[in-house]
Amino acid sequence: MKTTETIRQPESAYLHEPAAASKRSKLSKKTRDTLTGYLFISPWLVGFFGLTLGPLLFSLFASFTDYNITSKMNFVGFQNYRTMFTLDDLFWTSLANTLYYVAFSVPLTTAGAILLALLLNQKLKGMKVFRTIYYLPSILSGVAVYFLWMQLLSPSTGLVNTVLAWVGIEGPAWLFDPEWTKPALLLMKMWSVGGGMLLYLASLQGVSKEMYEAAELDGAGLWQRLRYITLPMISPIIFFDVITSTIGAFQIFQEAYVMTESGSGGPANSLLFYNLHMWNNAFKVFDMGYASAMAWLLFIIVMILTVINLKLGKRWVYYEGGDRK
Amino acid sequence: MKTASAHAFYKSKKFREKMKNTIVVFLLILGSVFVLAPLWWMISTSLKSPAEIAQYPPTFIPKEFHFSNYIEAWQTAPFTRWALNTLFIAVCGTIGAVFINSLVAYAFAKIRFKGRDTLFILVLSTMLIPGFVTMVPQYILFSKLGWLNTYLPLIVPAFLGSAFFIFLLRQFMMTIPNELIEAAYLDGASHLKIWWHIMLPLTKPALITVAIFSFNGAWNDLLGPLLYINDESMYTLQIGLQTFKGTVQTQWHYLMSMSVTVLLPVVLLFFFFQRYFIEGSNISSGTKG
Repeated sequence: MKTTETIRQPESAYLHEPAAASKRSKLSKKTRDTLTGYLFISPWLVGFFGLTLGPLLFSLFASFTDYNITSKMNFVGFQNYRTMFTLDDLFWTSLANTLYYVAFSVPLTTAGAILLALLLNQKLKGMKVFRTIYYLPSILSGVAVYFLWMQLLSPSTGLVNTVLAWVGIEGPAWLFDPEWTKPALLLMKMWSVGGGMLLYLASLQGVSKEMYEAAELDGAGLWQRLRYITLPMISPIIFFDVITSTIGAFQIFQEAYVMTESGSGGPANSLLFYNLHMWNNAFKVFDMGYASAMAWLLFIIVMILTVINLKLGKRWVYYEGGDRK
Repeated sequence: MKTASAHAFYKSKKFREKMKNTIVVFLLILGSVFVLAPLWWMISTSLKSPAEIAQYPPTFIPKEFHFSNYIEAWQTAPFTRWALNTLFIAVCGTIGAVFINSLVAYAFAKIRFKGRDTLFILVLSTMLIPGFVTMVPQYILFSKLGWLNTYLPLIVPAFLGSAFFIFLLRQFMMTIPNELIEAAYLDGASHLKIWWHIMLPLTKPALITVAIFSFNGAWNDLLGPLLYINDESMYTLQIGLQTFKGTVQTQWHYLMSMSVTVLLPVVLLFFFFQRYFIEGSNISSGTKG
């Protein structure tokens, strides 16, 4: 409705063109557009320089100082980095915990989301209801959800161990057993896998039916159709998802902060993640220089992994309609 | 041979199809139980008495429904104040997110200016920077500005654009024909007017998606308030809930009833605007390929 109304505008626009042109200032259209363009994106520019690039450069500088927010910034060379690598055992613990979490959560959530999307992509009754159910947990986040899982994982009276007891399994102490704290977080993560599912479902619905029909006539089975049609067709989304969820997984913090006593790191520091350690250094002992060094190392690690992902992506990501940069 | 085997083939294929559908539905129901049981458990626990929660084996349906848990928990701490604080921050941030991101996206989608494409790649690449990397310097910046213990660090960044929202809105705006913009421009309308009178109405679904995501994000944000807010009277629900844990210790009936209360607005938002939650994902998946 609305579009037809607005589309009719050209006729009237044409009639008024001379008048409109004279109303404008003497600047050429090109200059005017450039000025307007930069004016419009100026909030983002302020944010980019003030909240991203500026802070990034500042923390690089601060990482070579002993800054503690009230002190002067004394240049200490590579001391923060040396402490990190040689003296701070907790740094290595936190890095190992984080890599463990990334290594398991990214493949698990990606595979889980794809599987779920494949199931939900069937043309059956009630699929919309299932889609709503599976998507629901992904919009629930924050402290309330962590409380819920602390209750569910309660060793004696929690739901998880109750259900395990039905089938004769004696459930672990989850958040109280250093061996089981990270699997506990992974379980919680799997609960909200429906957020990623939606992305895959949308792209699965874009895969043409003809291709499957042709493959079926050629005698391709379920697995072959998945391997040679479905996965290549949705590979750009898998690629995007793997990159963003890797970056996301490195940021794990809130879960560990809330589910252990205000960021203590949990039993045997098994939930002391990289960001939690950085947080404690920055805001508990106010060693901003050291925290900045940690931040920059994180930045470098994540960048390297992203570049590796991008490079590897060229080998397995399939773009319909030929080459793409 | 012809008819008999063809018939058998047809039958077996139909049979296999049926089999497959049954397995799919079975798996989906099993998964739904995994998804819904925790929510059921939360509500059930929130209505139990402390004695019943401690009981072994646990009960699935409370023997008595203690709705008073909700009122008692709410009164244990200044939750009314915290809820209003959270609402204020979330609404301010959402207004900023909707208008600013859409303005920025409009420039990237419809105005031709020097350096535009390079800048847009820059926008996209900021999505690859983990937020924790800039957290410490941002904190120092806000503390030097004297913004600690105010809501400014929680609201102002929302007015400075978000890469993801800019991307989402730009993709949506790209689908709107350029002729429309050019015609209005020739008609004498400025870009500001075109944005306000043409673009905003036409991109309403995407704007609602941005509004919902940004409200939801602000409502669930723990990190920001934890960093910048010290006064208890200025707490948000998330940080209030976190300190509430320390106050009531392991009184799970209170913890669970407050959790349900805090999640309720988000769930209602989801059920009323489900279409827009899903649209957000569709826009980003349709264009990332």
